[in-house]
Amino acid sequence: MITMQQNFKITDEDGIHARPATALVNTASKFIGAESFAEANGKKVTLKSILGVLSLGLAQGDIISIIVEGEGAAEALQALTDVMVNEGLGEVHD
Amino acid sequence: MIKVSGIAASAGIAIAKAFILEHPDYSVEKRQINDVITEIAKFDTALGKSKAELEAIKEHTLQELGEKKAEIFASHLLILNDPELINPVKIKIESELVNAEFALNETASQFIEMFENMKSAYLQERAADMRDVTKRVLNHLLGIESTNPSDISEEVIVLAEDLTPSDTAQLNRNYVKGFATNIGGRTSHSAIMARSLEIPAVVGTKNILIQAKHGDLIIVDGLNGHVVVNPSDEVVAEYRSKQKQYDVQRAEWRKLRDQPTITMDGVHVELAANIGTPNDITGVLENGGEGVGLYRTEFLYMGRDKLPSEDIQYNAYKTVLEKMEGKPVVVRTLDIGGDKELPYLSLPKEMNPFLGFRAIRLCLDRKDIFRTQLRALLRASIYGNLRIMFPMIATLGEFREAKAILLEEKDKLITEGVTVSDSIQLGIMVEIPSTAVMADQFAKEVDFFSIGTNDLIQYTMAADRMNENVSYLYQPYNPAILRLIKMVIDAAHREGRWVGMCGEMAGDETAIPLLIGLGLDEFSMSATSILPARSQITKLSRAKMQQVAAQALELQTAEEVVELVQGGLIYLWL
Repeated sequence: MITMQQNFKITDEDGIHARPATALVNTASKFIGAESFAEANGKKVTLKSILGVLSLGLAQGDIISIIVEGEGAAEALQALTDVMVNEGLGEVHD
Repeated sequence: MIKVSGIAASAGIAIAKAFILEHPDYSVEKRQINDVITEIAKFDTALGKSKAELEAIKEHTLQELGEKKAEIFASHLLILNDPELINPVKIKIESELVNAEFALNETASQFIEMFENMKSAYLQERAADMRDVTKRVLNHLLGIESTNPSDISEEVIVLAEDLTPSDTAQLNRNYVKGFATNIGGRTSHSAIMARSLEIPAVVGTKNILIQAKHGDLIIVDGLNGHVVVNPSDEVVAEYRSKQKQYDVQRAEWRKLRDQPTITMDGVHVELAANIGTPNDITGVLENGGEGVGLYRTEFLYMGRDKLPSEDIQYNAYKTVLEKMEGKPVVVRTLDIGGDKELPYLSLPKEMNPFLGFRAIRLCLDRKDIFRTQLRALLRASIYGNLRIMFPMIATLGEFREAKAILLEEKDKLITEGVTVSDSIQLGIMVEIPSTAVMADQFAKEVDFFSIGTNDLIQYTMAADRMNENVSYLYQPYNPAILRLIKMVIDAAHREGRWVGMCGEMAGDETAIPLLIGLGLDEFSMSATSILPARSQITKLSRAKMQQVAAQALELQTAEEVVELVQGGLIYLWL
């Protein structure tokens, strides 16, 4: 199974707030064959749960890894990256 | 048919069905259940109904208020679809054999607690969303009629114990035709809001929630302070005709819209409006306001989860100044603290908030907040006729410190190459008796005074205006108050300064003749009071009102003053 990962640095001064979190969850949920996760501060949650994403308690400057497994992983990761960047949430961090 | 009396808080007559806005009991009992499948089905049904509601609200909000405001409901929908919430509830029902509402409450509480303990103030606030969503599902599980003001989608009269600023902010004026509350007075937030929304309201009825139930036909008579529950057809017809008469009178007043406010003996006074947001300007212009006498900037700080940025403020101030097209705009710097809370500032609870850490006292401590506001104001100053006013000034030292900060920010902006107006008048609110008494000294340093009677009266009489047990002491016509007002006006005029008034008293028809006589220069009131006030003032003579005011100052009680103005002595001066 393919696993793909991309790290981001949170740039939004509010961390991750409800609107972009909603967009992330909606995007992750579109890719039925893929499982998406977010990992930050030692905690890993499914990206299909808004409460999970908010529970990471992300603040400006934190590093978050988005991990996608399964069918269409590459596409899903690209779509999630677009949300992260377009919503002004974070920047790609290598 | 039942008739309930209260305080007329906002003029006009409204007839519609009752919508009871209350905060019901959401306490949940733990029960053992036998039938897991039925209990889970009950939970699923409640979820389904809640989601359908949210879809409708989201759609409605999108149409009425735009995409931004609708986003929150998209998040709420997502929470109700969240496996991290739904699965634990179902597992709990199944493994512990407990009722759905208990399982939901327990699970949701964990998330609420999680949010409350987060470091970011923003995420802490999400606990409120979690509560809101949980309540929505509990409504269906417990069979409670949901009463969220933003859910209203037909013409109604809102009935409530009281309306908080956040309740009123959510009321949709297309649907809310009027409201009536159990508590409150003419100066409570709900009353002030009703006048700025221009919807009829009666407050302080004490028992409207007992007398009326959801769906009853209600008449709100905001002219006389009556609420009629389930009126007969004849009574409805009678009120419809009163409504018409009122509309005719309003049409008369409209003719005065573009007229100046001049007394019979040729003295011009300025009639300005109190506003809370840039949206209120439409009402000011429609009602012929000659300026804005009080822009309450605290609304910019409310209903959000962090301080408004300099740019957000700049845009609001610029909009107001531009829309007023060169007419004077008095902006009051932040008057928060005390009873007006900002959750994100997490200020300590106080025993005595009206006498506490608020307004200029807070701004001189949190200079970061103050400087941001002043910078935004200074940057906007070139778009109109800006006047800046500091609230709750008690000493000259406070005024001097605030003024120094303003000048520092002005210099900084000029150094940065930003253009700032050179003709910004700088004034203070006179609402603390010490300042009224020292008005002669203040007048040497300020450009103007604006008397804030709501607070001046409560501080002078030592009576909390929100406390109904002492509301009899809220006496605008007490000679003590009139004497203080006279001191302030005389002191200002000796130094060539002008004096305005931005409390409720400025638009009060009994007070207006006295204030004309005392020499008040500017009257700032709810936009809807401007035309009636203009109609009244154009029939008065300043010289004669001076005699009346002189008599009033020598009277002993507020009742005698009211009698002088309204009653038998009227022949002396007409």
